[in-house]
Amino acid sequence: MSEQGLTNEKVLENITAVFGEAISDAHEPYGLLTVTTTRDQIITLLTHLYNDAELKMNFLTTMCGIHYPENKGQELGVIYHVHSLVHNVRLRIKIFFPIEDPVVPTATKLYATANWMEREAFDFYGIQFEGHPNLIRILNVEDMTYHPMRKEYPLEDGTREDKVDVFFGR
Amino acid sequence: MVDSPEGVEGQGFFATSLEKVVGIARSNSLWPLPFATSCCGIEFMATMGSHYDIARFGSERPSFSPRQADLLMVMGTIAKKMAPIVKQVYEQMSEPRWVLAMGACACSGGIFDTYSVLQGIDRIIPVDVYIPGCPPRPEQVLDGLMQVQELAKNESLRRRNSPEYQELLASYNIK
Repeated sequence: MSEQGLTNEKVLENITAVFGEAISDAHEPYGLLTVTTTRDQIITLLTHLYNDAELKMNFLTTMCGIHYPENKGQELGVIYHVHSLVHNVRLRIKIFFPIEDPVVPTATKLYATANWMEREAFDFYGIQFEGHPNLIRILNVEDMTYHPMRKEYPLEDGTREDKVDVFFGR
Repeated sequence: MVDSPEGVEGQGFFATSLEKVVGIARSNSLWPLPFATSCCGIEFMATMGSHYDIARFGSERPSFSPRQADLLMVMGTIAKKMAPIVKQVYEQMSEPRWVLAMGACACSGGIFDTYSVLQGIDRIIPVDVYIPGCPPRPEQVLDGLMQVQELAKNESLRRRNSPEYQELLASYNIK
């Protein structure tokens, strides 16, 4: 992929050498290296990727929340995509944690761009980013009382009337 | 040219009811406020353009200030976050005012049966004419406008003071 020859194998080798057991479930769907780590390690990992002279992964492409209700004890997650602009190599990092304790350290101290993305993840999934300077809703109405992308809530609007059918339901 | 209303005509005078004259004047100079949020707004632009030419119906001046507008044309999906703004624009308009909901989204929420979208603007403001379609063609928009003209022409001058009308506004919690 890259002219300097930074491959997925080298990236994985590099981070496994530093973080060892904390890196798990490495695979490459569609050639995009994906690893899972823990929320205790995530900021250290991002900082390492940012500062490492070989990797130079210093661009947070995107981050978002996710909800898998069937994964008991690991229901909620946050996914980070970091990119090395020098090598044109991308890495996807996932962390998962229980829905009862949705607290994740903030990445805003490393990436200013994480500010709004963390607000979005908070808005839709109720993930609390510890240390975030301004963790309020970003897209939904301010007086909304729940986090709508969590799968315990219906996607449809409950006040819709024209689709109600006495025989077939909605 | 607009046909003159029924009345008594003689040499040098014409007598008719004030209500008819005011109705004709209002219906042929409806200044629309285009509140266009999505693809219906594009269709409205075609309606405003020279080919369909909404100006033929006395609406050549889209009023981007609600205070000088007679007709609020809500065209497109209204997110719940946008709802208070639509309501505020409606409240800023002076009487008499009409509302036209264009397209499936403004009428009922359309395909956006979801937590973030208002399921029809009649949840927040009273609507006079609904135009179905996704998006409606310019001909339909013109037909909707002519329906509003018809309402304006035949509306009693006292309607806006009637208890029914006050009740209607009160049911939407509009002062």
